[in-house]
Order: sequence, then C-alpha cells, then structure tokens
Amino acid sequence: MSRPAVIVAAAVLAFLVFAALFPGVIAPGDPLAIHPLDSFRAPSFAHPFGTDESGRDIFTRIIHGTGASLTIGLSATAIGVGLALILGLLSGLGPRWLDFGTTRFLEVLFAFPGLLLALLFIVIYGPGVVTSTIAVGLATAPGYARIIRSQVRVVRRAPYLEAALVLGRSPAHRLVRHLLPNVVGSLFVLVTLGIGQSIVWASSLSYLGLGAVPPAAEWGAMLSAGRTYLGSFWWMTFFPGLFIVLAAVGTTLLGRGIQQGTRLR
Amino acid sequence: MTLVSVRDLAVSFGGTTVVSGVDFDIEAGQCVALVGESGSGKSVTARALLGLTGGSVNAAELRFHDTDLRSASPSRLRRLRGREIGFVSQGALVALDPLRPVGREIEDSLRIHTRLGAAQRRARAIELLAEAGVPQAAERAAQRPDELSGGLRQRALIASAIALRPRLLIADEPTTALDTTVQAGILDLLESLRDAGTAILLISHDLAVVSRLASHLVVMSEGRVVESGPAERVLAEPRHPYTRRLIAAVPTDRPRFERLTDRPAAAPAADRPQASRDVVLSATGLRREFGSRVAVDGVGFALGRGKTLGIVGESGSGKTTVARLVLALERPDAGEVRLLGRPWSTLTEPQRRERRPGIGAIYQDALSSFDPRLTVGQILADALSGGRSRRASPEVVALMESVGLQASLASRRPRLLSGGQQQRVAIARAIAPRPHILVCDEPVSSLDVSVQAQVLDLLDDLQRSLGLSYLFITHDLGVVRHMSDDLLVMRHGRVLEAGPTESVFSRPRHDYTRALIDSAPRLG
Amino acid sequence: MALPVAAAPPVRRGPLPWLLLRLGGVVFVLWAVATVTFFAIRLIPGDPAEAVLGGPGSQASAAALAQVRADYGLDLPLPLQYLHYLGRLAAGDLGRSYSLREPVGAVIGQNLGGTLLLALLSLLTAAVIALALAAWSTRGGRWASAVTWVLEVVSAALPHFWLAISLILLFSTTLGWLPPVSVPGPAGLVLPVLTLAIPLAGFLGQVMRESLLDALGSPFVLAARARGESEAGVFWRHALRHAAIPAIGLAGWAFGALISGAVVVETIFARPGIGRSLLSAVQLRDVPLVIGVVLVVALGYMLVTTLTDLADRLIDPRPAPTTAHRGRS
Repeated sequence: MSRPAVIVAAAVLAFLVFAALFPGVIAPGDPLAIHPLDSFRAPSFAHPFGTDESGRDIFTRIIHGTGASLTIGLSATAIGVGLALILGLLSGLGPRWLDFGTTRFLEVLFAFPGLLLALLFIVIYGPGVVTSTIAVGLATAPGYARIIRSQVRVVRRAPYLEAALVLGRSPAHRLVRHLLPNVVGSLFVLVTLGIGQSIVWASSLSYLGLGAVPPAAEWGAMLSAGRTYLGSFWWMTFFPGLFIVLAAVGTTLLGRGIQQGTRLR
Repeated sequence: MTLVSVRDLAVSFGGTTVVSGVDFDIEAGQCVALVGESGSGKSVTARALLGLTGGSVNAAELRFHDTDLRSASPSRLRRLRGREIGFVSQGALVALDPLRPVGREIEDSLRIHTRLGAAQRRARAIELLAEAGVPQAAERAAQRPDELSGGLRQRALIASAIALRPRLLIADEPTTALDTTVQAGILDLLESLRDAGTAILLISHDLAVVSRLASHLVVMSEGRVVESGPAERVLAEPRHPYTRRLIAAVPTDRPRFERLTDRPAAAPAADRPQASRDVVLSATGLRREFGSRVAVDGVGFALGRGKTLGIVGESGSGKTTVARLVLALERPDAGEVRLLGRPWSTLTEPQRRERRPGIGAIYQDALSSFDPRLTVGQILADALSGGRSRRASPEVVALMESVGLQASLASRRPRLLSGGQQQRVAIARAIAPRPHILVCDEPVSSLDVSVQAQVLDLLDDLQRSLGLSYLFITHDLGVVRHMSDDLLVMRHGRVLEAGPTESVFSRPRHDYTRALIDSAPRLG
Repeated sequence: MALPVAAAPPVRRGPLPWLLLRLGGVVFVLWAVATVTFFAIRLIPGDPAEAVLGGPGSQASAAALAQVRADYGLDLPLPLQYLHYLGRLAAGDLGRSYSLREPVGAVIGQNLGGTLLLALLSLLTAAVIALALAAWSTRGGRWASAVTWVLEVVSAALPHFWLAISLILLFSTTLGWLPPVSVPGPAGLVLPVLTLAIPLAGFLGQVMRESLLDALGSPFVLAARARGESEAGVFWRHALRHAAIPAIGLAGWAFGALISGAVVVETIFARPGIGRSLLSAVQLRDVPLVIGVVLVVALGYMLVTTLTDLADRLIDPRPAPTTAHRGRS
C-alpha cells in the first residue's frame, strides 16, 4: 500500500464532509439562482467550474450537492449492510435449515447480478431519489450478506470461542461479548469500501435518469442534466463526475489502507 | 578439500543487520549443523549460500568449491542451485507446490539442469522417489502433496533436492513437525546420503536431532556464532554460557522435578491441597467416532490430585480427542468422564457450566485462543471475574507476576508478544478461576527449547504451589518423561500401554512403545 | 454488486453427482428468479392492460382493455396466470414487448451478440491489464508496488459513466482519434471496451496481486528457486496458477459488473445491446422486456458460475477443507 495516497484520500474525504456540513462557507452563493445571461460559461475565475444552461454556478451547485450525494451513499450502504447483517447472522448463527434457506435465497438474489436487482426494483416502484437509494442498498445486500455469513462462521469456530466455553461462559456471553464484536469489527472496512461504491452506483442511476432529477443540486442529477450538452459544454458533466470519483476513490483508498494496515499489524 | 568456506558473513535487510560475523567451513562429505533458536539467523545464513536471502550479503569470503558466491552472476547461481547445492527448505508440509503432482517438482530439477526428455525425466523422478524411501513411487509421483503424509512429503522434497546428486545438501529443519518415528526415518535417509559422500549443512533448533548426524556444530544466537567446534566436544563441554543454557534446557532424560532453567523452584504452598491419592479426574471406556472413523476407543485412566498424567502418541493417535472429551467439548459415544468424583460428561452444558472453573486448558496455539480484540489485561481480568469485568485490577497484576509476566505487558495485545509470553498469558488465564485440573494439549510444541524449558519449569512451579493436576498431552517423549508421573501411550485411538512413567520407559511392554522410545533422538 | 464477492467454495464431490447437483441448482435458481419477477411485477400499481396500451394516459376504451386482458391472459386467476407464464417460459416464449410490439425473444436475440462481444473483449483486456500490473508490482520493487496499488484501487473505484465521458473528451473531442459514438467496426469498440475494462482490471489486479505475493513468498517457491528455477519459471509454473484461482472465483461477479457497465456504456456510446434495451424497457416500464432480459442475464450468470466451478476444479484439484469440526489429535 502507499501511505501518502491514504493520507491524501483522508484529506479529500475531510474536505467533502466539511462541504456537506457547511456548504455556505466554501461556496456562499445560491445553488439554484438562475442567471440566464450567464448560461454555458466555460470555467473561468468567476466560475471555476463554469455555468449550466440556466447560468447557475456549477462549483456552487456541486458544493451544495455534497450533502445530498453523501447522504444517498451512506443511506444506501446502511440499508445494504443492515439487510445483510440480518441475513448473514440468521444464516451464520441459525439452525441448519435456516442457513440452507438463507443461502438458497442469497443464491437467487445473486442471479440478478450487478445493477439488475436495482433496475427491477425501480421498474416496480418508479424512479426517484428514495427508490434509487433503496435499490442500491438492496442490490449490494447479497454480497455483504455472504461476507458476513462466512465471517460469522469463521468466528464461530475460532479457538477463542471454545476457550470461552472452557472457562464456563454462557452462550449469551459468548455471542454478545466475543462473537458479535469480532464480526462487526471486521465490517468496518467493508462499510468504508461500500460507501464509495454506493455513491458510484446511485449516481449511475441518477445519470441514467432513474434517481435524483434536475434541478436538484445532486451530483448524479447534475450529470444527467449535462448529458445533453456533452459534446459542446463538457464542464457540465466532467466536474460533477470528478466529485463522485473523488468521493468514491477517497473512501476506497481509505478502506483498503485500513484493511492493509490491520493485516500487517 | 574444503567444499564451503564462509568468513565474516553479514546479511542485512533494509539497514537491519540480522546476521554478522559468521564463519564456518564444510568439508566434502561432512555434516555440519547450524544450531540456534528462532531468530538466531541460521536459516538466513544457509540461504546466503544459495543467494536467496532477499537481503544484502557481505562477506570476507563466501565460496562454494571453486565459485566465489559474492561475485557469481545470477545465471551462475541458478546453475549451482539444484545441481551443486540441493536445498530442502523449512516446513516439510508446505515446501511442495500444492497444485502440482509431487513428481513434477522432481522432474523440474531435471528439466532445468539436464537435457533429458519428458519420458526419461518421469522415469528418473520415480527412481529418485523410490531411492528416497517412498513406497509405490510410481503412484506417489502422480499424487499431490495433500494426498501424502508428512513423512512422504519430506522424502519427496529430499528426492527433488538430490535429483542432480549435488555435492552439498542444505536441510533446513528437515524433521520439524514430523512424528517421532517418521523423524527417525528421515534422519536415517540423511545419514545414508552423508555416508554416500554428500556434504550436509543441517539447520535445526533441536540439539538431539543435530547430534545424531553432525560432526561439527555451529551454535548461533541473535545473528552471531557463539560457539563452534566438533559436535562431541561442544555437547560434552560447552564453553559459551548460551550453549550451556541451551543444553540444560533439553528435557530429554532429565528426571522429574529437575530444573531446566537456572530459576529456583517454587516452594509448595501450605494452604493448598498436596499431591495425594485422591482421584480428581477419571475416565472409563471412552469411545468417540467421527463418521466411520473411530478416533478414541476404550480409553480409561485416573488422575490423582497434584499429579501429572502424560498422554503420548503420534498424530492420529486420538490424544487430542481425549483432551476434548475430558473438557466436554465432545460428547463420548460410550464411557464416562468424572470430575472430582462427580458426573461430568453426562451433564448437560448448562449444568456443567458452573463446574467448568474446576478444569482449565492450555493449547499449542495460545494466540488463537485469545479474542483478538482484547489486551492481555482484559483477557486476565475477564478470566478472574468470571466474565463480569474486563477492567484492570491489582489481582491482574498479581496473576501476571505469578506466571512471570511483567505488569507493563497488560496493555498489549497478545499478538505482539513472543510465543513464550503468549503461552504464559494462556497459563495465567487458565489458572485464574483456581481450577483443580489443567488439560495441557501440546503446550510447548511450537516453542524454542529455552522458552520451552521456562514454560515447563513454570508449570512445575504452579503444580507445586497450587496443587494442580495436569493431563499433559504431547508427541514429545523427552518432554513427557520429564513432566509426568504416570503415562498413557496411545496409538490408533487405543491405549497401548499405561503405568508409572519410569517403568514404561525402562521396561516398555509393547513393541510400538519400544520403537517409539528408540526412535526419539537423544543428545550425545 | 458493489464489492467483488467470490463464489462460495463448492463442496467437492465426484464429477457426475457434482454435475447433477449443479444442474439442479441452475434449474432451481432460474425457477426462483422467474417466480420472484412474476410476483414482483404484480406489485406495480396500475392496470397491466393499460400499460400495454401505453399507460394510464392512453385513455383506452373498455373494449380495448378487455381485448388486451384476454390476449395476455390477464383475466385469469393469478395462480393460473402464473402456471401459464411458467409454461410459456419452459417453451422458450418470453412474451411480447409492450413498447416495441415485438416478441421479447427476438428483441433479445438482435441485441445479445453486441453485448456479448463487448463484454468478452472487455474481460480479455481487463485480464491482460490486471496480469501486467500484478506482474510488474511483484517484480518492480517497492515503488512499482505502491504505484500499482494506487492505480488498481483508483481504477476499481471509477464510475463507468465518468470514465466514458473522460475518454470521449480526451480521444474524440480533444485528440479526434476515435469516434465519440460506437460506429460499426473495431474503431468504434475501443472506447466502450476500455471503459468497461479499466475498472474491472483494477479489481482483478488487486485480487491477483495479493495471491501472487502470497505464492511468491511461500516455501514451495523458495524450494523452486533453490532448485535453480528462473524468475520466469517461478512466475509461469507456480505463481500464476495460484493467482488465477481467486480471479476465476470472481468471474460471476465480473459478469454482473460487465452487464451493469454495459447498461451505462451502451447508452453513452449509443451502441445497440441488451444493456440499452434493458434501460429503455425500465424507463418505459416495458415489463415483459425487463423480465426477458433479467431471465437471460440470470441464465448467463448461472452458466458463468458453473463454468467457473468447472475451471476451478481443473486448476485446483485439492479437496475443499471440510467445514465440520473433526477430532484432530
């Protein structure tokens, strides 16, 4: 791994979190203010990322959209990991028939690979921010569930749980004080990696017109709006995309960095 | 003539010098042994001869036959490797590619260094396997390592190393992790190679193994040679204090209660029950099957208060299953275990739970028996409080001191401790609930001999001061003879022989016991 | 879909029981997928008959609606509809697309080839890039290792659409080397293939590098070197096989990632394929077409994982470690 890269990633994420919490400090303007005379301005000193078809400042819109975009990523990850935790624990801890049933259920979900489950969900419930967030969470859950299940199985058979049994600890004690903390502890990296990916998938859905819709100052929605002008006004799609990449790459680098760090220790 | 000559060898990795000032010579046909504990630099020293240390090597002289290894080109070194110098690497069980048939590894040596065709190579590989003592060599050559026993894997590895009849064979811990009788077979094989004129550089932590083969010993400690000389002289009159400590630490042929370290023995505590004829643990007619395999069959014994019952056997003998039955981690298919004269194996787990503190356990792999999130202090506080608290307390400090651990280690996580310290933490945790019995399953098998000596002395002290009874399970005859009052010899899940330890050793009644005792390597 | 998840290690059995079990699994999953989609579609609010005639806005007459209900079997009780649906599926009939007024099977047939070609080329390109990166990182020292690590992590996190846009900006708009939309012929394939291959290469590279390093540090590689094996021999004869195992385990996941990527890439590059068909079907709520594509993709996924298991059995014939606890002694 590379230490400088991880430090840079952490700094970028810190900036994004700050932008999400206090957008006005970085970009004091109004993200929705329309200036018809200023439409389609290329990046300049006054408009570092240019302006869109209504003359709105893209930099301001991106900064003010940080909160929404990060929230979508976080919520989707929370939904995915939450569902997966239920499925994974049921399967990993439950009796054999429950494990069998859950595993078959996961196998069926796996047969809707990638975005497929999300698209199916959107067909049923219609496009929108909420449905696309849930859809991404739903689509990521089977993968997490399988990891959690195998993690539970590994920890369940760990010699230290047997050592706790030999010391006379009750099943509840072993579950709550030893098994769960070790399973959940290992999820931290998974969640970090998942946030970046959720942001990417959610914005992909927005880009395809199935998620957040313009004029909302959300990165995916801005991308979607800029799609029409891709040939002539590249900055409308490039910069919102760049921020999605920054968020995704930042969380992934950080997650992998932590992962490698814990492995080395 | 001198085959290998090493003067003032130093090896460093990224600025850290791990080996320095190493001198030794190997004459043609001679066996020289590098002896030392883990971290002594013996393996690195041996790899320097192959140019495979991965670090930077400096030496006043580093010569093999007529090649100056310091200036040899990579391709020259590759021609030496395998052809002039055979290498049997450490870890008999993992040194063959798990995805390929073992025959292919031997053919590789021939493919690299000869012009033999594929069919000739295959035929030669089978001959070599047979020569290395592998039965049904033709079938074995087509099998993967996981289909072979440890002994056969080691023989296959030796076959691949001697395929080109090298002048020098480097054998790094060739018998570690093998059963005693298998170990003896491998040593026989190496001995016959030496007698046939191959020089051997033997690397081992085990003085007993080394003393059987080597005519010359090089004792290493912390990257330096502390003593070298003819094997007999070094073993009989060691000059360096480290060598003396190392020899004193070997438990083989040392009477029970004799100290292995210079630390004085603990006095028996007056307020604890002393050794007596009271039976604290008894087993009758234990049987346990796994599917169609009978792991344990008809095992029975009685362990007296303050006594040690040793169980010795090779892998697959069922000794660990006995330990698990005693700890009620497995339920016997027949027979019963009684604890302190009361039912134990017949109880349900909730009934058993309150009696569990009466019996503790320590394992070979201490580290994996600790919750990885907890510090040493938390582990011990948890054990002392019956799981109610993980907060530091004066009792934790006292407990740590009683097993020879500094109190400052309480805030560390076990994985940052040495193997000996880890085992001490495991012992401290096991004695925290004040048990009557400790089940010790290979507790010192993965420790260096001097650390092993310290742990064995500690166990001895605790037995006396706490009146503990031990069920001591090991494959090591030297350790078991030193530690136990009574002995059970197991094979194929059955008890072959039982009785007071000394009478089993001096008058073994069973042929297998006799073979086991004879094959155990001895000093001198 | 977000994180690569290797297929669960199968329990080793003999070849014939394995095949039967595997086929049974495929049939079960396909049935389950068909059932899930059938009942999920019933959750869609509104009248399916209206959807056929162009949605609630179409103001179709009652007679037309009744006609459609009869045509599509929508007037039957639900269990009967379900059985009819399964029967038609078993006969290979995927129904008619609402929006295209064509049999779904024909629509998929026209579009499948382009997507498969795109996916296959991307997979090959990704494998070559990943292998090159992994090899360089293990042989090129600390610096190479750090650089490839960052490269792999970054490219694995890149969203397809942004990569596509950036590639178009660079190679079409600025340099003018390649067409911005997918024209027939090899030139039109370069950018779509790169877009799909780069993130995949990042994932594969990470996985392969880890197992390469494990293999290169293992005692059997030391033993091979001590036998006089050259670096190239060590790499090709020993390390590569070990590196391939986890990468092959990712094939099912990679298939999903490529199909999802195809939805985006085919849309941006205006390239015909089932990804683009799926997206427009989702946007138009063309239910039969969505179900058809989903079923075909599920079938493809099952095919890929079955082949993966087969390849895994050939490369790594070791028995899987038994999960049940056995007496060790």
